[in-house]
Amino acid sequence: MNRIVYLDHAASTRPYPEVIEALQPFFLEHFGNPSSFHVFGTVPKKAIEQARAEMADLINAKPEEILFTASGTEANNLAVKGVAMAMEKKGKHIITSAIEHYGVHHSCKMMEKSDFEITYLPVDEYGMVDPDEVGRAIRKDTILVSVMLANHEVGTIQPIRKIAEITREKKITLHADARMAVGHIPVDVEALGVDLLTISGLHFYGPKGSGALFIRKGTRIQPLIHGGVQEQGRRAGTEDVPAIVGLGKAAVMAKERIPGEMKRIAALRDKLEKGLVGQIDELKVNGHPEKRLPGFLNVCVRYVEGEGMIMMLVSKGIMAASGSACSSKALKASHVLTAMGVDHATAQGSLLFSLGRETTEEDIDYVIAEMPPIIKRLRMMSPIYPGNRS
Amino acid sequence: MQHSDYSEKVMDHFNHPRNMGEIQNPDGASQVGNPTCGDMMQIHIKVEDGIIREAKFKTFGCVAAIATSSISTEMIIGKTLEEAEKLTNDAVAQALDGLPPHKRHCSVLAAEAIQAAIQNYREHALGGAK
Repeated sequence: MNRIVYLDHAASTRPYPEVIEALQPFFLEHFGNPSSFHVFGTVPKKAIEQARAEMADLINAKPEEILFTASGTEANNLAVKGVAMAMEKKGKHIITSAIEHYGVHHSCKMMEKSDFEITYLPVDEYGMVDPDEVGRAIRKDTILVSVMLANHEVGTIQPIRKIAEITREKKITLHADARMAVGHIPVDVEALGVDLLTISGLHFYGPKGSGALFIRKGTRIQPLIHGGVQEQGRRAGTEDVPAIVGLGKAAVMAKERIPGEMKRIAALRDKLEKGLVGQIDELKVNGHPEKRLPGFLNVCVRYVEGEGMIMMLVSKGIMAASGSACSSKALKASHVLTAMGVDHATAQGSLLFSLGRETTEEDIDYVIAEMPPIIKRLRMMSPIYPGNRS
Repeated sequence: MQHSDYSEKVMDHFNHPRNMGEIQNPDGASQVGNPTCGDMMQIHIKVEDGIIREAKFKTFGCVAAIATSSISTEMIIGKTLEEAEKLTNDAVAQALDGLPPHKRHCSVLAAEAIQAAIQNYREHALGGAK
């Protein structure tokens, strides 16, 4: 049996067995509608409120500030469009970064069609937003700043607290997409000073179909989904009780484990980075050297293309991701890497290894051993590899 | 564990590329595409009595780009220049048991690379001392 090494935790994580155990009774046994006044509604209703308290606790929020959604993407849509719609009388200018996830990016693009103006802030070579740039971009009609807490491709952690100092002084709503950070590093909405924060369950060992938006009390936001009065009237539709219960359990599990796992995973990531850099020439490590999510290693291997690497890694049982144009159906190179100033040809050779709770030292040793021959093979085929010139 | 939109034939040519490499002093050579866009192919051919005796490729690109260049070289070896010139992207895709729609451009690039190599040979031959 071939070894399987799953290093694609940025795409999805295997839920904790405890998460699945916790949510299972809410399919068959406690199937009732939480809005029902009879006994079948009571248990799910209580379970939702417990999950809300658990989720709030992980990020130092109040339970009533947690709104459950079906995904991080939905939470991002709600944050951008919901604030835009609620605040459009005050102004129609939004500031965001050039490296946001599509949930924020395309929501901003959508608002442009409704005559909103969007400023896309540049990032430096490490994928970092300069808070001073935020300050300079703010106008009288700015209603929202949306900058991610940690990037989904390179893992760079943004200076949200510094950005919050500026937005608070100007009384502008600040949203941070924290889908990659929550559950992996300590996230404290009070310390960060954000008004809105996106959470995604599947990224930290919770179930798919689970997400949340932290909404600080007093933040003006319009619902996207209208109907009943679930979630304080801010998101209609009968609650996905199993997903919500699973998310709460994942939050409890994360809180216990973050301190230990952060260190363990970062050490494995550093070992992988050193191992690859030491053996493969012309390998560029992307993202901030220190301010980076512990499980993220994004590299560009020059003179080769990402999809070929992915497929050869797959044949060795190693699962990773690439930001190359060919590996995306849109056939566009990663907008994150290009915004960081990586040239298009180099961006084609991007690889993302994202480590997680199941990653072991043996996994890392295995990848370090298997990668160099794969790169050698692909470079031999490459007409642009200078090493081939004889 | 292989999960992809690719046919077995595509994967076979990707994993075991035919005619990969370069020809010393080729009679015809081409380079099409651009690494910036994601794919670049290089084709070298050796021609004798109007027949392609040898063809080699080197490709920077995805699985489909490598597979289409590999099979294209197989499809033109032993053919006359006139026959080889008629190689179409559809024929390349068909020979691989099809390509996913968003990878069709790879077969277009492969056919272009072959035609450009033949074109290069002809220009060479005409411009030569013959």
